[in-house]
Amino acid sequence: MNGRPRVAEDVWEGTNLLGVLREHMDLPGSKNACEQGECGSCSVYLDGRLVCACLVLAGQAQGRDIRTVEGLASAGVLHPVQEAFLEAGAVQCGFCTPGLVVATHDLLTRTPQPTTMEIREALAGNICRCTGYAKIIDAVHLAASRMRP
Amino acid sequence: MSARIGDSPRRADGPPKVRGDFAYSSDLKAGGMLWGATVRSPHPYARILAIDTTEARALPGVLAVLTHLDVPGRKLYGLEIQDQPVLAMDVVRCWGEAVALVAADHPEHARRAAQLVRVTYEVLEPLTDPERALTDDAPRLHPGGNITRYVKIRHGDQKARADVVVNGEYEIGMQDQAPLGPESGLAIPDSAGGVDLHVATQWLHVDRDQLAGILSLPPDKVRLRLAGVGGAFGAREDLSMQAHACLLALRTGRPVKMSYSRPESFVGHVHRHPGKLIYEHGATREGKLVYVKARVLLDGGAYASSSTAVIANACCFAVGPYECPNATVDGWVVYTNNPPCGAMRGFGSVQNCYAHEAQMDKLAAALGMDPVELRKRNAMKTGSRLITGQVVEGSAPVAELLDRIKKMPLPSPLPPQGAGLGRGARKVDLTQLPGGVSNTTHGEGVVRGVGYAVGFKNVGYSEGFDDYSTARVRLSVVNGRPRAEVHTAAAEVGQGLVTVQAQIAATELGVSDVVVLDADTQVGSAGSSSASRQTYVTGGAVKAACEAVRERVLALAQSEIGGSTGARLESDAVVSSRGEVMVTLGTLLGDAVIEETREFRPRRTHRLDSETGQADAHLQYAFAAHRAVVDVDIELGLVRVVELATAQDVGKAINPQAVEGQLEGGAAQGLGLAVMEEIQVKDGVIRNASFTDYLLPTILDMPPVRMDILELGDPHSPYGLKGVGEPPTISSGPAIVAAIRAATGRPITRVPVRPHDIVDT
Ligand code: FES
Ligand code: FES
Repeated sequence: MNGRPRVAEDVWEGTNLLGVLREHMDLPGSKNACEQGECGSCSVYLDGRLVCACLVLAGQAQGRDIRTVEGLASAGVLHPVQEAFLEAGAVQCGFCTPGLVVATHDLLTRTPQPTTMEIREALAGNICRCTGYAKIIDAVHLAASRMRP
Repeated sequence: MSARIGDSPRRADGPPKVRGDFAYSSDLKAGGMLWGATVRSPHPYARILAIDTTEARALPGVLAVLTHLDVPGRKLYGLEIQDQPVLAMDVVRCWGEAVALVAADHPEHARRAAQLVRVTYEVLEPLTDPERALTDDAPRLHPGGNITRYVKIRHGDQKARADVVVNGEYEIGMQDQAPLGPESGLAIPDSAGGVDLHVATQWLHVDRDQLAGILSLPPDKVRLRLAGVGGAFGAREDLSMQAHACLLALRTGRPVKMSYSRPESFVGHVHRHPGKLIYEHGATREGKLVYVKARVLLDGGAYASSSTAVIANACCFAVGPYECPNATVDGWVVYTNNPPCGAMRGFGSVQNCYAHEAQMDKLAAALGMDPVELRKRNAMKTGSRLITGQVVEGSAPVAELLDRIKKMPLPSPLPPQGAGLGRGARKVDLTQLPGGVSNTTHGEGVVRGVGYAVGFKNVGYSEGFDDYSTARVRLSVVNGRPRAEVHTAAAEVGQGLVTVQAQIAATELGVSDVVVLDADTQVGSAGSSSASRQTYVTGGAVKAACEAVRERVLALAQSEIGGSTGARLESDAVVSSRGEVMVTLGTLLGDAVIEETREFRPRRTHRLDSETGQADAHLQYAFAAHRAVVDVDIELGLVRVVELATAQDVGKAINPQAVEGQLEGGAAQGLGLAVMEEIQVKDGVIRNASFTDYLLPTILDMPPVRMDILELGDPHSPYGLKGVGEPPTISSGPAIVAAIRAATGRPITRVPVRPHDIVDT
């Protein structure tokens, strides 16, 4: 879990990974807007792959490598993706933000300089009700330019 | 934060939000915490014959099961009319109505116990047709009958006749606010019979006052604190889980958390009123409006919520932002057994804008006139009279907004039909076509259309409401530097209010360290984060409190170091009129603390006359215009919005980046209602209570928004600002529908527009 082994106890067998993160690991950054795989607010890495934590059963996550939004900033320094979301004004209520930050992190790992169309496709599973997405697209471009090697 | 008004600093609440450690109401925890669950009615209309909680109580882990008999105080609540039971008593009037509550040690135990509460219903036939609700043979759903409010406006000559007349009937579907954060909160009982509630809401004090009545506690024993709010848009104006969590916490003596699932959220808050609007417009051959007659019928569902204000808006602004010498408007909002409707962004004006803008286009066609030209010919301006008789003060740049969107460049045209087909075809970007990656067309059958719309709405609560806000500002020295603390009860719902309050304090006090304290009920009411009012009213209160603090600081400087006329506060110091530092605030204040609390009251408004609908009922108006460019696949009925363009007068942009965010985000919600979003209600039951079935605009659906932001000021408001949040949601959708009409030649009289409205099936 974000690079450290963690144990969750007394997990009800029907719990999903999102529930384990939020209720057992004290990691509420992954959000619970739909719990149906539709909004992306719960996006995390499972063995390096972007997944909706609400669609992964707790048992399936056992022994696997999980990285959440809480694992992106290092030693109090925001990740450039997080910085870019702030600077571009891509955060309003912020409920979609953790999921979008993780999804953007994933996109830029695979495609360091995405086009606007590639951004739209990659983030199509993340719903934001506040921003209308324009500033989210700006933020991704900004992060990409900052992270250019 | 040293940013002043007019700057766009980073949000103060931004870093925790991007890190994932911002505490939303659904993230809260407390030691010994229980989970609450709600038993809800499976019927839209039924008599309750018995409630048996025996089995539920017997389930291990269950600590309380409550019914209406356990509500110690008022059994009914409501924002305008107290008609909604805290827990249903003898009858349920809507699907999903709360009937009983459970608290258990685990959410799963609570959920299972809720299923074990046995309620015996005598099912009644629901009243689901709002037209029928008006008739005498309909069941009376509430003691006062089924008409929640009737608004009558009679303006000018009621017998006026015109050269050219157009008629239309329009229908609006039920939209959901769909804030991403679920209704949720944590109630913690104290040892003295009181309770602390941490909750996501739009108005802490109105919740507090309603809760005190329900719990039969003095208001000071019910303390509310704003938890992180995951969006609101009107959905958090009414109580949802607030009373329920407090009842369970007070009964069990333990903290109780409630957090709705998405399906429960769909019944946990009110929705945008669906409506039917019947219009007749009469004009001269030169295109001057002579009269408008409108009949508006809104379905308020089972409980009143904000219905009385929504119908007032729908009627007051029925004609749109135009000069119209004669008007006859009748509006009803009625009770039915459909889901309750209330506040959603732009309420009243969103519904009528679809109608008046469709009518203006129809009139333009009948006159053979350009639709923008017709609008400009009738455009409201400063000094115009509304159909309620009120004279428009301040800027009303309707013609200018239209000019500006008309002049903006258009996006590049559609490739010629068939360009994406056959050998040597150009590579087609499917995402740029209707149907997107579903690969339904490569350009064949796709037609482009352009449409225009303009709308307006009141800012703030109208009709005599005492629409004030309160701010406490405290200036002291911390580690040798001056710090201003701002304390209000105003709800940050995502719009950026915390940042704006800090910008105002930094501007007024010239200090760089401003801390905005958490909103709670330990300070006076701020009113609601609704009606585009909060920057105006709470911004005004913060400004007033800062001015009072500043006056005392300058008086102190005067007595300590002698006078200088024109001294001001700047860069953490008292500065002379020539710009020289006279004394730093750190030195001047020392251990002293200067604190002032101020209420800010905008001008009073007045109730509509019940016979004529005439009154100075509104405080301020906000105007916006939109142009939409759409591509329509006329074979499949699929629509893609290619671009939106908007011009809006914001008076003064206190935080330009946040203003842009409102314009873009509001337009997305307008697009949603125009072409995607509708709560499907059949026989009183919601058929699509999930994000799988209720479609929200994604990043693929939302086009770029060209923006032209005007700052024309307002003589009465703080800094000349105008409310910003709602106008983007008003005319964006009607512009899209106008563009679909232009592309297809079809009348399109209902939103959201569905494929079969475009294609005959
Ligand atoms: S909460 Fe997992 S996708 Fe919405
Ligand atoms: S910022 Fe509120 S949902 Fe995206």
